[in-house]
Amino acid sequence: MKVVIMGCGRVGSELACQLEAEGHQVTVLDINPDAFRRLPASFKGRRVVGNGIDQDVLRRVGLTEADVFIAVTQGDNRNVMAAQIAKHIFQVPRVICRIYDPIREEIYRGLGLETYSPTRITVGRMKEMVLQEPVPRRE
Amino acid sequence: MYVVIVGGGKVGYHLAKALLEDGHEVLLIERDRARCERLEAELGDIVLRGDGCEVGVMEQAGFNRADMVVAVTGDDEDNLVVCQVAKARFQVPRTVARINNPKNAEVFRRLGIDHTVNATDAILAHIEQELPVHALIHLLSMRGGGLEMVEVRVPPHAAVVGKRLKEVLLPQQSIVALIIEEDGTPKPPDPDTVLHPGDKVVVVTRRENEESLRETLTSPARFGPYGPVVAPR
Repeated sequence: MKVVIMGCGRVGSELACQLEAEGHQVTVLDINPDAFRRLPASFKGRRVVGNGIDQDVLRRVGLTEADVFIAVTQGDNRNVMAAQIAKHIFQVPRVICRIYDPIREEIYRGLGLETYSPTRITVGRMKEMVLQEPVPRRE
Repeated sequence: MYVVIVGGGKVGYHLAKALLEDGHEVLLIERDRARCERLEAELGDIVLRGDGCEVGVMEQAGFNRADMVVAVTGDDEDNLVVCQVAKARFQVPRTVARINNPKNAEVFRRLGIDHTVNATDAILAHIEQELPVHALIHLLSMRGGGLEMVEVRVPPHAAVVGKRLKEVLLPQQSIVALIIEEDGTPKPPDPDTVLHPGDKVVVVTRRENEESLRETLTSPARFGPYGPVVAPR
């Protein structure tokens, strides 16, 4: 598959490496060239510097042929906007959008985006860890 | 009318002031504390400090009773989210977004924002009209569908000079709306209208076809009536 990942942070870079290792054609996009230092030298995919909410940049990274677009920058709104451009303008078949704010995540899920809220998922999981495992007694 | 403005920069400030003078109820949302204090000193108690992209702040601002939400921050993605959430969550009847990158106008329209305002395009249009040598001038962006109304001036050595309109192959979905002769006489286009040098051809076209339209109407003739024509540089 052709995968475009916007945002080369911890999640973006790790995801890029793992998908590439499984044989996918990966392009990573970030506004800041320094961000690519997170990618190992062995990473063979494309690194593109640019702003993912700019249609021209998205065209340059090959969104017209991409199978998957993943938006994982630090900005919820940037992710939301880029994901919608990918989905509605470039008709990318699979678009995944990270939104930290659980309320905004719910709204955009309602508007048809495939969303992922680390906040909601982490809170749910941590609550489970606290409440479902027996807590050892203090000595 | 109750209008909520998100973004207390220069645009937000002057907009709030103008709307207040017109007697509207206005609330201005701004993130920066120092800026909030200045705005409050100038405009009175109509400023709410907070991130206008947060649903909690929107609730506090009374988005559910707003007649209009106007997003004028310097970031297109924030303006988009404010307007989309205002519509989806609070059913705000009208949303207006400022866009900073002119190419986002189409994106915003397709994503359901009622109206966009774009200073870059407005200034660009003025500059183009001031430059007589500019071959293609944007006159108007039409709402929806990516249509533009542009004006192309036919240069003296263009291949289309002396041709009838029906002989000129325009890009797809381009329609000649009007021809203005060099002396300023407007003429309705007709398939048999002959193009003259200096004619201004007003065309409705798709944005992506602009370049090929410009080429069609301005490219020099390769062979004139007396042999090859050398394109003037």
